[in-house]
Amino acid sequence: MSILNFVVSSFVVLSFIAFVVGIAWRVWLYASTPAPLRVFTAPAPATRAGAAVRVGREVALFESLFRADKFLWLVSMLFHVGLLLVLLRHLRYFITPPPLPVALMQPLGIIGSFAMVAGLVGLIARRLFDPRVRYISRATDMAVLLLLLAIAVSGLAMTFIAPPDIMAVKQYLAGLWRFDPQPLPADPALIIHLVLAAALMAVLPYSKLLHVAGVFFSSTRNQPDDARRERHVAAWARPLDQHRS
Amino acid sequence: MDARTDIALTTDLGIEAPPDLAPDAMSACRPFPAQPAHNEALGFPGALVEDWQDQAIAKMGELLENSRPLRVFLDSCVKCGACADKCHYFHGTGDPKNMPVARQDLLRSVYRYYFTPLGRLLGRWAGARPLDADVLEEWFTYFHQCSQCRRCSVFCPYGIDTAEISMAAREIMNSVGLGQKYCNEIIGKVHKVGNNLGLPPAALENTLEGLEEDVRDDTGVDVKFPLDVKGAEVLLITPSADFFAEPHVDGLIGYAKVFHQAGLSWTLSSYASEAGNFAMFIGSYEQMHKIANRIRKAALDLGVKRLVFGECGHAWRVAYSFLNTLAGPWDFLDPRYPVPQNIAAITHDLIQRGGIRLDKDANAGMTVTLHDSCNVARASCLGDRPGDQFTIPREIIAASVPAFVDMHPDTIGDKTFCCGGGGGLLTDELIDLRVKGCKPRANALKQVVDDHKVTHMVAMCAICKSQFTKVLPQFGYPMEMIVSLHQLVSRSIRLATNA
Ligand code: HEM
Ligand code: SF4
Ligand code: SF4
Repeated sequence: MSILNFVVSSFVVLSFIAFVVGIAWRVWLYASTPAPLRVFTAPAPATRAGAAVRVGREVALFESLFRADKFLWLVSMLFHVGLLLVLLRHLRYFITPPPLPVALMQPLGIIGSFAMVAGLVGLIARRLFDPRVRYISRATDMAVLLLLLAIAVSGLAMTFIAPPDIMAVKQYLAGLWRFDPQPLPADPALIIHLVLAAALMAVLPYSKLLHVAGVFFSSTRNQPDDARRERHVAAWARPLDQHRS
Repeated sequence: MDARTDIALTTDLGIEAPPDLAPDAMSACRPFPAQPAHNEALGFPGALVEDWQDQAIAKMGELLENSRPLRVFLDSCVKCGACADKCHYFHGTGDPKNMPVARQDLLRSVYRYYFTPLGRLLGRWAGARPLDADVLEEWFTYFHQCSQCRRCSVFCPYGIDTAEISMAAREIMNSVGLGQKYCNEIIGKVHKVGNNLGLPPAALENTLEGLEEDVRDDTGVDVKFPLDVKGAEVLLITPSADFFAEPHVDGLIGYAKVFHQAGLSWTLSSYASEAGNFAMFIGSYEQMHKIANRIRKAALDLGVKRLVFGECGHAWRVAYSFLNTLAGPWDFLDPRYPVPQNIAAITHDLIQRGGIRLDKDANAGMTVTLHDSCNVARASCLGDRPGDQFTIPREIIAASVPAFVDMHPDTIGDKTFCCGGGGGLLTDELIDLRVKGCKPRANALKQVVDDHKVTHMVAMCAICKSQFTKVLPQFGYPMEMIVSLHQLVSRSIRLATNA
């Protein structure tokens, strides 16, 4: 195995581990930390099922964002839906033979990658030119957007300019998966794309990208309005009840 | 109308365009710190402790372990800026640190530095910074420029609630001896005397007797204002401002007339003579628990069957959303009624069932609009179904006055703008902030005054009422323009002379 292969492969594997461990750790923390009071933003659904639907709508439609800022909603949707389509399209590199829906949606994935780039350009422009957003931006906010853009552009370059040997890529990825090293395709665009995507995975659980998990755990959205029906005393608050008349 | 318009109002539809950024415009506006005696009465250190940095970080760690909302909200913000132009204090001041996300970042930056690997590694590139004296001063300033109104949370794609973050910040500051005078002094009074005003039982009794006389003189009807009556059906918990301040007291008279006319026996308690629970403002579960359990004790001692709250926003949030957790279970009360109920829900129900009759002519000449209080609109509900907090007061108003007009849709309902005085900021030294923070509401009011000849604005929260009567004159509107919800009921209710 070449040194390059060793370095790239280790980075990808370690990034993947950082991703899985990091997400699991945060989700476990969120799930195990008590929510001591009902803090839903009203009007809130009365039932758990209703609250689940509310969260579902936030995840699928970005409903609150739509009420807040139509332009941001549009570019954000372009980016996220594009990203989702691109990720689905990528399944064919991991599953052989690709399931029929994945095979059928390949052209949609290409449209998705353009939507993603358009969305990212809009988000970057906002961060540069909107004075309020510029005020709250730090280097890392811009870095994440540039990283995503670089991943998208290197991917598009492979699709339209220098297509890699798909069979070799699949073989390499399958090798990583099984800890059975295979040759790394000598394709600069591919190596760049792979390393950047791995870097994205590695930082996701440790950065603001954690909103992927946070959106499901947000108490203001996922709590039903059952405050007058149920008590929600956290374990740490229980001793207080013993000191009352 | 005398127009002292040192603050320009827009006549355009809707909300003004957000202001240009005016960095540090409000950096000198902060409340008085609490005296040692005020802090110590609540079990906090009297003055800033020697190793305050270490203790503050330890406290932050404790809060993170105790509160999922805090943890999730500190992690999840993507700096999208959707909330940036949603805060009334930002609209009024242009100070960028009054943008909700920037306010959160004052705390989040310290969280990132001490509690996240990336923040530790990248420092200010990742928006992380250590806690030092300047940061502490910034916290004290800008976490006391947040009225915890939660308007920002409505618009955030993850529902991040700046109120939770400013409560946590205030709790951390209290834990190292940096309290705010206004809140801590008031909480101390409640522990000692039972209400925010420090009004002792004898004075309360006097006041209520006076009110009985006033109503008798006014209407010829013997409407009672009972205090500490054992075995009454209803225990009424109401903000202590209702005993004195205008227009609050006119609301209290309205509740009394409703009980009278419905034939419900009721009582106030001299032990729990306050609906407000200012401990929420300083984020202290323990203090909030202590105050809430005065109500439990009063209900047990008086042997009442139902718990009803008067008009007040933040009091109602604690009552509706927290009271069961803090002071329940309420299994000793009548299970046929929710605990607690709001007086507005009772009045509304009586109107619907014909249990009371309202005569709109008594309010002839009034065209009324409604200020939805933030804590009623966004943090609770008035009736049994989500959204009742908007329909119930409107239907009560519609039944008691000839004309009702809503303000611009972006300024009512769950998008309502704060009055500018909530969250423990209703203190004189913050008057500059309070006037500026009232601007979005004043704008929306001006629009309906100009276009629809609105004569009065209803408020259903003790803080809103005090804030508006003090601040609206700055915008050219007289204080008499603000009325209590039950003031309208009081004026229009048909009282049967009791036998
Ligand atoms: C459950 C899945 C997800 C949901 C519901 C979600 C939702 C959102 C929303 C509502 C925003 C705010 C609007 C905006 O600034 O674009 C946002 C921002 C962002 N999201 Fe996601 N997202 C999800 C997954 C992801 C993933 C997997 C990534 C990439 C790895 C990602 C990357 C970003 C980035 C970079 C931003 C900030 C954009 C900016 O800088 O303005 N999101 N997300
Ligand atoms: S809670 Fe209200 S006052 Fe505080 S930042 Fe949000 S909008 Fe502003
Ligand atoms: S709307 Fe929410 S995610 Fe966006 S900047 Fe504000 S707090 Fe952060």
